[in-house]
Amino acid sequence: MAGRRIGKQTVKLQNPVNAVSAAAIVGPKEGKGPLGRYFDMIIDDELWGETSWEKAESKLTKETFSKIVTKARKSNNEINCIIAGDLLNQCIASSFGLREAGVSFLGIYGACSTMAQSIGIGAMMVDGGFADNVVCITSSHFCSAEKQFRFPLELGSQRPPTAQWTVTGAGGVLLSNQGTGPCITYVTTGKIVDMGIKDANNMGAAMAPAAADTIITHFRDTGLAPESYDLIVTGDLGIVGKSICDDLIKRQGYYISDRYNDCGVMIYDRERQDAHAGGSGCGCSASVLGGFLYGEMTKGSLNNILFVATGALLSPTSTQQGESIPCIAHAVSIGKTFG
Amino acid sequence: MQNILTKDEYRKYVEKVSPKSKLLRNTIRAFVVGGFICIIGQMFNNLLKARGYGPDIVSTITPIIMVFLGAFFTGLNIYDELGRFAGAGSIVPITGFANSIVSPAMEYKSEGYVLGVGAKMFVIAGPVLVYGISVSVLAGIIYYIIK
Repeated sequence: MAGRRIGKQTVKLQNPVNAVSAAAIVGPKEGKGPLGRYFDMIIDDELWGETSWEKAESKLTKETFSKIVTKARKSNNEINCIIAGDLLNQCIASSFGLREAGVSFLGIYGACSTMAQSIGIGAMMVDGGFADNVVCITSSHFCSAEKQFRFPLELGSQRPPTAQWTVTGAGGVLLSNQGTGPCITYVTTGKIVDMGIKDANNMGAAMAPAAADTIITHFRDTGLAPESYDLIVTGDLGIVGKSICDDLIKRQGYYISDRYNDCGVMIYDRERQDAHAGGSGCGCSASVLGGFLYGEMTKGSLNNILFVATGALLSPTSTQQGESIPCIAHAVSIGKTFG
Repeated sequence: MQNILTKDEYRKYVEKVSPKSKLLRNTIRAFVVGGFICIIGQMFNNLLKARGYGPDIVSTITPIIMVFLGAFFTGLNIYDELGRFAGAGSIVPITGFANSIVSPAMEYKSEGYVLGVGAKMFVIAGPVLVYGISVSVLAGIIYYIIK
């Protein structure tokens, strides 16, 4: 077995991989949420001076990237690779937003799990000596996602209480083999889990088994207990998916309730902000990580976290053809110190 | 606690733990708002009749006014808020039909007037038109035969 592999799905990094800087830019609704003050920037309107939602989302990616690089006091020339993805068809928010960066680019798609997927790949690249500095970044935009996956914005329709609200925002981190910052220690790559849920308005329930599977596999592979972490945080399960995930893990004999939260639950005040079951989208876990979680880790209020971004691998076509929703979750351990 | 193993078990479990829509509240809202829209329509209907227009003209002008209002308030970003509150109450009346055509037209304007507005305008109302027209043709044929 390859030297760094432990257990079925996990890689234990051997060299320090530091998240030396992070940034997040979010939309107005996210800015008014409970985590508003942790974000680097809050845009005033969702078009942000552009002529389409897609261009606005690209701009989110572009500006977040430049903030990440600037905060680490680096220039684009020092970045070896950008690993980025989003929800739009052919990942145009990432590729169009980063086309002027002049840096090697790897576009990836893992639906809303993309943030953890890009950190996982980036961390392995840095650990393996294939790169010194890698930027991992993802975005989503409420309006462009609604347009692609649901209905036009101005259509007067009602959502069921299990529906989630796509976060307008981008977030990311710069991983480096030098400098200081929280370290990436383990990468548990998820497998596709499909428990037969077909309701695209109940994505939390569809993704919860994938999240539970990855979290349990992470504990089994590494031998770590939930107590090793101050916080275990899933990407965008929302309030319904979060309680299902918590319950599924409990049924497997692990207790995480006292240290478990979900970015989709954290980012909105669900009662006040009409967000139904909570936030979703690549930008949900990305902005909460790049804004709130990274900030808390550098401050020292959080030491070790397990960041588990969750993705529903559906498309509008697969939903219309009556397919169930295959889901995935990737976990990365982010710790104050390496080892 | 039992482990959930099969898809069937999981589906039943999810149904049990997922919150349901508030049926009574939504029905009352739909009734009030839908009724209110119909009252506005009736108001125009009576107004036109009082001005001495014949029944044929009145039943043509009234829907035209209501469709205009639906489109107008969609353009003002108000109809979607109404729809979020009222659900079927604002979807079922003819104003909702206008909303379902104007909203994609607005949304896809960024793809141009031909492939955007023109091609996507009926993306929601299309099925209503296809099956509405088909059924009325069918009804017309049946009426013609049994008349």
